[in-house]
Amino acid sequence: MNSEITKTIDDINQEKYKYGFVTDIVSESPKKGLDENTIKFISNKKNEPDWMLEWRLNAYRKWLKMKKPIWSNLNIPNIDYQDIYYYSAPKGFEEKPKDLSEVDPKLIETYNKLGIPLAEQKVLAGVAVDAVFDSVSVATTYKGELEKLGIIFCSISEAIKTHPELIKKYLGSVIPTGDHSFSALNSAVFTDGSFVYIPENVKCPIELSTYFRINAEDTGQFERTLIIADKGSYVSYLEGCTAPQRDSNQLHAANVELIALDDAEIKYSTIQNWYPGDEEGKGGIYNFVTKRGLCKGKNSKISWTQVETGSAITWKYPSCILKGDDSIGEFYSVAITNNYQQADTGTKMTHIGKNTKSKIISKGISLGKSQNTYRGNVSFLRKADKSRNYTQCDSLLVGNNCGAHTIPYIESKNSSALVEHEASTSKINEEQLYYCRQRGLSHEEAVSLIVNGFCKQVLQELPMEFAVEAQKLVSISLEGSVG
Amino acid sequence: MFLDIKNLSVSVEGNQILHNFNLQINIGEVHAIMGPNGSGKSTLANVLAGKEDYEIHSGQIIFKNQNLFDLNIEERAKQGLFLAFQYPVEIPGVNITPFLHSSINSKLKSNNKDEIDNIEFAKLLRLKAKDLGIDKDMLKRSVNTGFSGGEKKRYEILQMSVLDPELAILDETDSGLDIDALKIVTEGVNKLKNQNNSFLIITHYQKLLDYISPNFVHVMMNGSIIKSGDKSVAADIEKNGFKIFQ
Repeated sequence: MNSEITKTIDDINQEKYKYGFVTDIVSESPKKGLDENTIKFISNKKNEPDWMLEWRLNAYRKWLKMKKPIWSNLNIPNIDYQDIYYYSAPKGFEEKPKDLSEVDPKLIETYNKLGIPLAEQKVLAGVAVDAVFDSVSVATTYKGELEKLGIIFCSISEAIKTHPELIKKYLGSVIPTGDHSFSALNSAVFTDGSFVYIPENVKCPIELSTYFRINAEDTGQFERTLIIADKGSYVSYLEGCTAPQRDSNQLHAANVELIALDDAEIKYSTIQNWYPGDEEGKGGIYNFVTKRGLCKGKNSKISWTQVETGSAITWKYPSCILKGDDSIGEFYSVAITNNYQQADTGTKMTHIGKNTKSKIISKGISLGKSQNTYRGNVSFLRKADKSRNYTQCDSLLVGNNCGAHTIPYIESKNSSALVEHEASTSKINEEQLYYCRQRGLSHEEAVSLIVNGFCKQVLQELPMEFAVEAQKLVSISLEGSVG
Repeated sequence: MFLDIKNLSVSVEGNQILHNFNLQINIGEVHAIMGPNGSGKSTLANVLAGKEDYEIHSGQIIFKNQNLFDLNIEERAKQGLFLAFQYPVEIPGVNITPFLHSSINSKLKSNNKDEIDNIEFAKLLRLKAKDLGIDKDMLKRSVNTGFSGGEKKRYEILQMSVLDPELAILDETDSGLDIDALKIVTEGVNKLKNQNNSFLIITHYQKLLDYISPNFVHVMMNGSIIKSGDKSVAADIEKNGFKIFQ
């Protein structure tokens, strides 16, 4: 291997995870392990109505009979579900604090360190944030402003109590509890997450955002997010994630459901930066996430954008069910893997309605000894007349010890459907590095520039406020920089 | 002496390309090196720029009173050495504006000068492009991506004029250009030329020298300079070909 690339890889391997700190806060957890009592404990802690507990127990009983999915290109170690805490809350969170003066200053400090200020006067301009710390929602900003428009943006625990009719109607309607073992597990033990409802014809004027933080050791995070965009409405939502640096692996199994009714549009962006484990592959988050959007109404649109840089294992396929005629599904993804990280990510586009369109742009970057897989499933059902899909998968390899894989599945039961698939695999080019350096850029600047250029098509889909942050994150994932 | 190359011998993958190569350039001078294919012209350009695939057997290069071999590629660039590439590489998704902006700032920073901000830089770039007759739509595209051969070369000259180097090396910038593109390229060089910079122009054809007047013309064959003189040397080559030197 050429010396230039070797040097870059060495620099990259020295990358440090800057969100690896631990907040020293007293947490309250039940004992480790999972049985019906754990679920009763969680439900009770959250003062949930009986129907919710029943729903959870029902999912748990399904889970007991299920096996973990084995079709991915991942080496998933056996997870000991009895060695995990299923609930962890900073002490004193029986009720969500009414305002920030009731929140432990250490928590506010944590979010400040993460660059997510919670105090109203300091909040990110134009972005409302729901902050989830371990199992509970800590604070939701801009709530009052949104209420004036009839927008509901709160933690899901709160929504279960205040908007049971919406929860009963939509929770589990896109991802059935028995869909697969991680969705069943999440349904049984989910602790918190965000709930969004945008009323008819309302365009949400600001970005809604949830920030997830796993702090406590040996704790699983099972969040549940439900977003409903009523007829003619629009919302853009962003989630961000980090966790402390620990030697043991932590489990994150989230479920996210999106529902777009007639003419509604949901744009969902993720910047996932969970702790990826160290250079030896020790520690890191196991990220098993189910994200699915239902374009239920005519002419509706759901767009997923993800920048995945963290986690030891990523297993994630944000999907769209294009049920309404003329509906549109989009998936834009950048996945960067380094050291011993494994990612198996992609999307599923199910065309049911007439004239439905989907677009998939996936950019995978592999470094170190990592494995990066794109897996996509595009299917056209019998009535999906004149529907179309366009898929583009590009992989970039840095070094000689990593792998990139592209696994597209295409199924069509309708002869008028049109599918296009383009794929490419390339290595970072010596000539490009030489060219950039001749113009005075350092090695790292050159690699970062080339990779950012490679990802541009996806990064430009992110909301403005986060595009710059994402670019930096891409650079940090590549550089030896501590940031 | 601004640039002093002494007894330089270089090989690539075991093949010796440069043999006891010598060349001196003073500040304010324009030198042209002509030679047939395979004479080692591009190797010379890449060794000056610091490309790492070459094995230096002997000799030294002094540039601005420093040993050039002590500096890596980007350090040389920051010291004012610019190479206009024979085959500029495509960098998809990277726009010229941020690319050249970070380039100029890294140079300013290493010379302890104030960096130039976005707005000032955008103005500078538009001005330089206008000077060279380069359409501003071209500034919206990714570096060299999807450019024709001629566009790539003009783009190199644009970068050169923005970075304002002290030593500009043009590696067969004229090859593959039609006469209009050649005029743009040579006008760019003539505009930039002054008492405080030097040019080393590597070319295969005499045509380029109809538009640029070098102080010296060198003939290079088999890895060393076999004849130096004024513009009349180029005329000889035009008339009789390289074989008269063989």
